[in-house]
Amino acid sequence: MTDTPTAKDPGGAISDFGIDTTSQSSGEAVRDYLARLRGGELGSLPALFGLGALVIVFWLLSDSFLTLDNTANLLAQGAGKMIIAMGLVFVLLLGEIDLSAGTASGVCAAVMAMHYVRSGNLLGGMGSTVFYVFVLGLVVAAGLALYMRIWVGAVMAAIAIAIAMLGVAPNAWIEMLLAVSVGTAIGVVTGFLVSKIGMPSFVVTLALFITWQGVILQFIGEGGVLGIGTEPTLFAVANGNLSVLGSWLLFLVAAGGYALVVLGEHFSRLKRGLVTMPTPLVLGKVAGVTVISALATWALTLNRSSNDFVTIRGVPYVVPIVLVVLVIGTYALNRTRYGRHVYAVGGNAEAARRAGINVSKIRASVFVVASSLAALGAIVYSSKVGSVDPQAGGLNTLLFAVGAAVIGGTSLFGGRGKVFHAVVGGLVLAVVENGLGLLKQPAAVVNIVTGLVLLLAATVDALSRRRAAVSSR
Amino acid sequence: MSDPILEITGLNKSFGPVHVLHDVDLTVRAGEVTALVGDNGAGKSTLVKCIAGIHPTDSGRVAFNGGPVSINGPRDAADLGIEVVYQDLALADNLDIVQNMFLGRERGSGWLLDEASMEKAARDTLASLSVRTVKSVRTPVASLSGGQRQTVAIAKSVLWESKVVLLDEPTAALGVAQTRQVLDLVRRLAEQGLGVVLISHNMADVFEVADRIATLYLGRMVAQVPTRDVTHAQVVELITAGRSGDLGLARPESATV
Repeated sequence: MTDTPTAKDPGGAISDFGIDTTSQSSGEAVRDYLARLRGGELGSLPALFGLGALVIVFWLLSDSFLTLDNTANLLAQGAGKMIIAMGLVFVLLLGEIDLSAGTASGVCAAVMAMHYVRSGNLLGGMGSTVFYVFVLGLVVAAGLALYMRIWVGAVMAAIAIAIAMLGVAPNAWIEMLLAVSVGTAIGVVTGFLVSKIGMPSFVVTLALFITWQGVILQFIGEGGVLGIGTEPTLFAVANGNLSVLGSWLLFLVAAGGYALVVLGEHFSRLKRGLVTMPTPLVLGKVAGVTVISALATWALTLNRSSNDFVTIRGVPYVVPIVLVVLVIGTYALNRTRYGRHVYAVGGNAEAARRAGINVSKIRASVFVVASSLAALGAIVYSSKVGSVDPQAGGLNTLLFAVGAAVIGGTSLFGGRGKVFHAVVGGLVLAVVENGLGLLKQPAAVVNIVTGLVLLLAATVDALSRRRAAVSSR
Repeated sequence: MSDPILEITGLNKSFGPVHVLHDVDLTVRAGEVTALVGDNGAGKSTLVKCIAGIHPTDSGRVAFNGGPVSINGPRDAADLGIEVVYQDLALADNLDIVQNMFLGRERGSGWLLDEASMEKAARDTLASLSVRTVKSVRTPVASLSGGQRQTVAIAKSVLWESKVVLLDEPTAALGVAQTRQVLDLVRRLAEQGLGVVLISHNMADVFEVADRIATLYLGRMVAQVPTRDVTHAQVVELITAGRSGDLGLARPESATV
């Protein structure tokens, strides 16, 4: 505690913070929330409104948009980029950017696919020179991770080395592990260059963006394609569904867990007299989430096949995958010391340094998180397509991922953002892409609209930031 | 008069060819406010940063509670119980009051922070300092006024087992009412038995709250005197010329700059 003598009547003094406790009514809380919105703290609200509006527009314009089949398809299409975006949120929180996340994910996908296609023989797949350079790169990454004391990075790089050198027989799980560990190793290198060498992340990741594109081409070869659709587990990641029972179990675990955590924390804080939201609002939030997820689960467990001979039902696997990443990411940012330090460095790096936080380690670590999640995203989007080609992770994968995070409400200026934002923003972009596709719009229109949506989101971010700066004085 | 809690002798500091602090001595006593005054560039902020371990010193001895100590980084200073409130506040705007007060020293395990205990301690500390201007300890710092931010920064410094608090121009950017709040707070810190060092340009503030005045002139400590023994004019003379009657540099022509 503190060595300062507390006031004679702490009860009386603390009542000065009376509004902290339960005395705040729902009405006051709503007014508070509105005041915060006016003050420029918009969060994911614009994106949620935008998502609603887009869904309504496409529903009116296209008969096939709001069908069960298309909805499930849309989720699977958007999931890969959504996961990459969740990793980028960590980078954006520091006000940095990772332009190489897209092509880095492509490298991971290529290595994963090559391991499967070549039955675990990466040496044969790459040719000896390329293979030794690849392993050397992993060794360097492991060394850098040790130097920076990012132990997870060192372990993952070592795993990648082991899988590459031992020539393990093809196995879907081993291949996914390989992809993620290569991603981690890539992130270690990026993080080292940004935080220890001190180059601006924009330059480092722009250079790596081009480098990784070359690496993918080297691995796969001009015009080559590595098919992974024949491996049942790899194919199922983005194309398979939970059984009906499994879907409802997922609902129970997810919605029940959410209710348990939120309500448990709310009432324990209430009992200890700490700052809480009004109970009716909390109950309303929990009820809303439960009802919506129950409806979604019910809808996705109906048969959505357009063909009478096949039944397709159940929640797609990508939903639990995204949920797990979302929960772990949110927990890490909100509840752990690491997450607190990430926010602090993003808000005021100098303040964080003076508070004794190892700023350069935090700065390096966010690139490790981003690249690792990019690799996970690569597994999902490769699975959706069923193959990996030299364009994997290229084109506008990165634009979509950064766009998803920003559209969802994560600030490009650092310090503000949540993993949840990437999910909302990812849904917005997936709806735009899918909806315009159904309307038979050419790629030109899709790109123009996507770019404009991103521009709009960045504008909202910049304006709300200015608003916040004004209102705080 | 109490024993010195922090005693600095013969401290030197150069930035490359620029010799910023020359053999500076400074004594801080528990329960007293020591004002550190001096013109722009006299080395006040540098001295504070040396004490806080932000700048390494070239030479000099530091005694804390009578025993010699070495301060090689912000962490060492913090472990001794030396806290600094910087001119530019060092608060993260995007975090709330509780999160800022515990920044870098969060309670709970690394995997699960103990928010409840931190929130309670933050509230108790603010209450013990009779801070009544903050509506909720969960308010983000971005939405606080300048005076409230300064209050949070000061409260942050006493949350720890702190013995000495160094305040670098805490009232520089504040209005009249907010300055009053902060000065009251400074006085309250000393009443609670902490050694307080206050850097200020404002003579009225200094004479109001300080027990002793230490004057820096071009990187030299020219005088450390009880406030009641000097007049306003004398201190101004010490600041601008380095000497005033018997006080300060003995013979100006011998003082090499």
